[in-house]
Amino acid sequence: MAVKTQKKAGAIDMTAMCDVAFLLLTFFILTATAKQPEPLTVETPNSTVQTKLPETDLATLTVGDGKVFFGVLGRDVRERTLEMMGIKYGIAFSPEERQRFALMDGFGVPIANLKQIIAMTGSERNQQGLQPGIPKDSLNNELKEWIYNARMANIELHQQELKFAIKGDAKLEYPNIKKVMDILQDQEVNSFNLVTGLRGENF
Amino acid sequence: MAELNTDAGGGKKKGSGKVRSKKGNNKVDLTAMVDLAFLLITFFMLTTSLSKPQSMNLGMPDKQKKDQPEKDIEVADDRTMTILLGENNKVKWYMGQFTSPLEGPEDSSYGKAGIRQPILEKVKSVPAKYGDPKKGLIVIIKLDKKTNYKNMVDILDEMAIAKVPTYAIVDLTKEEKALLDNND
Repeated sequence: MAVKTQKKAGAIDMTAMCDVAFLLLTFFILTATAKQPEPLTVETPNSTVQTKLPETDLATLTVGDGKVFFGVLGRDVRERTLEMMGIKYGIAFSPEERQRFALMDGFGVPIANLKQIIAMTGSERNQQGLQPGIPKDSLNNELKEWIYNARMANIELHQQELKFAIKGDAKLEYPNIKKVMDILQDQEVNSFNLVTGLRGENF
Repeated sequence: MAELNTDAGGGKKKGSGKVRSKKGNNKVDLTAMVDLAFLLITFFMLTTSLSKPQSMNLGMPDKQKKDQPEKDIEVADDRTMTILLGENNKVKWYMGQFTSPLEGPEDSSYGKAGIRQPILEKVKSVPAKYGDPKKGLIVIIKLDKKTNYKNMVDILDEMAIAKVPTYAIVDLTKEEKALLDNND
């Protein structure tokens, strides 16, 4: 008899545990955000600093391969920015185009070609090398205007100063980054986040 | 811990009666399922928190307007350390002024065994020398045009690791560029 009771004690009812486990699993799967495809993929350098990027009121400048791509968080800000840029450059964007633009995460074309990019589907748009980058030289500094108008739009809609993140490729030469930082500093944006990966201290 | 014996056959175990094996049969073994569920939970938990990109804050000084006269800020020589970064991961550092350095210029490299050692040493020695924790080390980082962005982040990271109180990024002067290029 003694042997039989010991065997019985080995069995645990795991139904409840299984239920909890799957509940949590479902929760994490649903909250996990799928990685968005990017029109310009860059390999960010690593650092030990563990500050997270802000989740709202943020503009990301992706710099790689001599090109600059621009993206803002928040659909309302994107829409308003496009509207303001349209006024500035005398291009009228239809409400439909504005809505489509509001769904785009980032882009890198001169404003003259923006309509074509807006008309494309997501996968067409994100082909590598399709978008030539936003012009940023002194004669045609559209990047400056995008940054300025996005800041204005953000202040108007959210009453907050827009924060900037620079996502640069590790192999990029310093003047490329400096150029972007200079454009930001010209507008007295002196503090920005550099997007990095994570590594330990022993490298 | 877990119920392993789900085989319908009681024949495996000698001595146990057939009646008992039929009783235990209506339970399904959940061990593998729970294992898998927890594995996936772990995976999703880790990826959701890690996928958010890390970032490093960088504050730059106000840009000087071109028509304004340059303001010179006087700083003690023995508090300033200048780090020169060049192409192909070249690093040099010196203390004090370029024309009459107090220490160096010395070649170094990135990482734990390289530039981190002198920085850590200076971070400790400078306030100790002044006897005032507010008078810490000032690091001036000078970047050549050929320096890549990774090296810039590397050196800023070293600043964060060593907790350097004050640092700034400046362009390289001609003489310093010559120093970087000449003796390799």
